[in-house]
Amino acid sequence: MQIIMHRKHAVNLTRAERIASAIGGGILMTAGLGRRSRAGIAMALIGGDLLRRGITGHSYAYEAMGIRTAPLGQGAETTAVPYELGIRVDKAITIGRPRAEVYRFWRSLDNMPRFMRNLESVREMGGDRSHWAVRAPGGGTVEWDAVIHNEIENELIAWRSLPGADVANAGSVWFRDAPGGRGTEVRIELQYDPPAGALGAIVASLRGKEPGQQIQEDLHRLKALIEAGEVLRVEGQPAGAAQRRESEGRLVQEASEESFPASDAPAYNPTAL
Amino acid sequence: MKAVCWYGAHDVRVESVREPKLMNRQDAVVKVTLTAICGSDLHLYDGYIPNMHKGDILGHEFMGEIVEVGREVNNLKAGDRVVVPFTICCGRCWFCQKGMWALCDNSNPNAAMCEKLYGASGAGLFGYSHIYGGFAGGQAQYARVPFADVGPLKIPEGVSDEQALFLSDIFPTGYMAAENCGIQPGDVVAVWGCGPVGQFAIRSAYMLGAERVIALDRFPARLEMARRGKAETLDYEDAYVIEKLLEMTGGRGPDACIDAVGMEAHGKALDEIYDRARQAVRLDTDRPHALRQAIQACRKGGTVSVPGAYGGVVDKFPIGAAFAKGLTLRMGQTHVPRYSKTLLERIVAGQIDPSFVITHRMGIDDAAEGYRSFRWQPEECIKVVLNPS
Repeated sequence: MQIIMHRKHAVNLTRAERIASAIGGGILMTAGLGRRSRAGIAMALIGGDLLRRGITGHSYAYEAMGIRTAPLGQGAETTAVPYELGIRVDKAITIGRPRAEVYRFWRSLDNMPRFMRNLESVREMGGDRSHWAVRAPGGGTVEWDAVIHNEIENELIAWRSLPGADVANAGSVWFRDAPGGRGTEVRIELQYDPPAGALGAIVASLRGKEPGQQIQEDLHRLKALIEAGEVLRVEGQPAGAAQRRESEGRLVQEASEESFPASDAPAYNPTAL
Repeated sequence: MKAVCWYGAHDVRVESVREPKLMNRQDAVVKVTLTAICGSDLHLYDGYIPNMHKGDILGHEFMGEIVEVGREVNNLKAGDRVVVPFTICCGRCWFCQKGMWALCDNSNPNAAMCEKLYGASGAGLFGYSHIYGGFAGGQAQYARVPFADVGPLKIPEGVSDEQALFLSDIFPTGYMAAENCGIQPGDVVAVWGCGPVGQFAIRSAYMLGAERVIALDRFPARLEMARRGKAETLDYEDAYVIEKLLEMTGGRGPDACIDAVGMEAHGKALDEIYDRARQAVRLDTDRPHALRQAIQACRKGGTVSVPGAYGGVVDKFPIGAAFAKGLTLRMGQTHVPRYSKTLLERIVAGQIDPSFVITHRMGIDDAAEGYRSFRWQPEECIKVVLNPS
């Protein structure tokens, strides 16, 4: 996970907010400096910061909370995550199969829930559009419609969410031959605008739901599915009394040989593609 | 079924647990006929391996009879008698294809956890913490074995359980340690630690053509067993170990040194006391006393081979000596399937009977006693096998 640092000082306030902030800050600073007391110094400091906020048009608090009141600029209608907002995740994995095969596996939306653990469902809507439902950290579901806006066969799939998304996101997956017959390098670049901004992402990461980690785990599952034909399950194994109590709920989900959930389609068979 | 469960440092309990089921299509379930406590289980027993959960089933050395196979298992059927390697291998990733089975990419579902710790993840392991997948272990009456077509090795009639069991880990581990030495005619190999892995390393070094093997330990019974394997012996608590090794090798030093001790080395030298203090306050996780001696003693241009397990960070690692002498360091978990077939052939041919290492035979109900003996009576207790039936 990377909180985008080099774009931190972009304007995120409206013109009216900037003017109000600058005027209020200027008055507060002048008044504070005239007082020559501790309270006066504090007033001057606060006023100074408001003045800075007005002049630069950038609020650190807004940035941390993922708020942006400044109007969207040129190209806004084709942008899912405004450039100065959001969290960026970059991950890569090498899969020991030919590029065309890995690409086809990824391109088939039916395969997505087999390796994306938090993906509840994904549905084709026609015209390169699809509807996504993802389990959110702490329960609940977030949903969005996405469109594939760029696709180069066996090389690139790029998407962005459409207006109205619960979590605006955009990204691309690149497929490249790995050297020396090692298969295919899959690289994912994803930018998303988490609820409550960077602070929300930090809170989520403290709860073990940091998206970079999730995507890394998803890529591991993708690799295992394509290379080894299945992702090993470990939940619901036998264990001593100490675990039986805490995992009683989970045991219900335990899959026996004949009861694989519907989302786990029959083993991937590359020759059938 | 009965299973040996981990409950914390020096606390293992035999509990009645549910029997395992097939959970993946390439799984098999094995009725365990013989299992063993490994030296590396003592690292769990002592609480030095993170991410164990109370109630986890221990054990990664086991063999038994197949009772059930998943629908994508083709090489095995119910009734087959197999030894199960301690590493779980998919058989299809780049590492498995290259024979680096212990580095399998696809058998650890908690790989991301391992990556945070080590930068990359090795294979999933039976009964060896959630960092390595959290797989239920084989010190139980039944065990589930993933990727059953790949790892398990069928054992022919005429080879007893006691002879075959150690193909799961310690025999291939000792053998790989010796192979990693790149033994040339005339080579002298020194082996630190005469526990089970050390014992197999001694015998494997001779199999691979070593001229002489010098074995180091501090327990007379273990040194005696090493001598039965034709090793010359030294007490590594001796203040003049390195000088003696030089004397014994015409001043050259051993051509290859094997550290079959690992992260919980014992000794009375200053560095060992320092390590113990640092480990006690969790500044370091591992005590590399044997490894330091091995590096210091090794001949110029020689090889230090490390089958002993290390888990974290060490202090005062003599990288200068290793560099000055141009040493080669080789280490890692054992690529069991690379060796188990040829080692089985050696057993069948009568070249070695691995059961020589067993000193204690117990029922699974006595597992806690087995761990205690192995941990606290290393003099008489060298290898414990448990019969779960």
